[in-house]
Amino acid sequence: MIAEIIVSVLLVAGGFFGLVGSYGLVKLPDPMTRLHAPTKSATLGVGAVLVASLIWFPARYGVLTWHELLITLFLLLTAPVTGYFIAKAHMHMGWSRDELPCPAPGRDWATFADPDEESFVDRKRRDQQGSQPRI
Amino acid sequence: MIAYALIFAYGCFGMALLFCLYRVVFAPGLSDRVLALDTMSINVIALLTLFGIDKGTTMYFEASLLFAMVGFISTVAYAKFVLRGDIIE
Repeated sequence: MIAEIIVSVLLVAGGFFGLVGSYGLVKLPDPMTRLHAPTKSATLGVGAVLVASLIWFPARYGVLTWHELLITLFLLLTAPVTGYFIAKAHMHMGWSRDELPCPAPGRDWATFADPDEESFVDRKRRDQQGSQPRI
Repeated sequence: MIAYALIFAYGCFGMALLFCLYRVVFAPGLSDRVLALDTMSINVIALLTLFGIDKGTTMYFEASLLFAMVGFISTVAYAKFVLRGDIIE
């Protein structure tokens, strides 16, 4: 009975947060603010549903599975990475360096900085031009 | 009580999926479209978990784990393509 109440509350909360996360995707005005809704709220909603499942199966059927915990951890680890990558790609495509404030004194945005090492594409392009590879 | 909570959660995540579909179709930019697709994969994970609770089987967890991995990797592949011009360097 107690497990049923906990699972019901978690399911309702999860559904509410998932709905808010996706409604923010439609409602919010510009791409950088729109990034907030799915990465935080939707992840919290899915996490609540998965924790509800994690409580429900041992309480009802006596079967303990760790899959839900694995999925929750994976989602919580990957959501910030996804948000960071999309924000970086959006800055790379849509903004110029003059429009952005300086991130810190004496530092530059990582998106606009030169890469530390030569990429495979650059190396291939340089090899096709026929120059000697740099060691 | 569980049945009503499940119906409520089904409705919420179904509507969330519809909002994401709207954003995929009428998106102002490419990054919004990819973000909406990523959110769709997250909502589908929630729907699969709810269906597993509803039917009482643990069979759907592998499917939702696969959805989580594929959604993450496709988003990272998109961002990598935009940033570096190539996915696997």
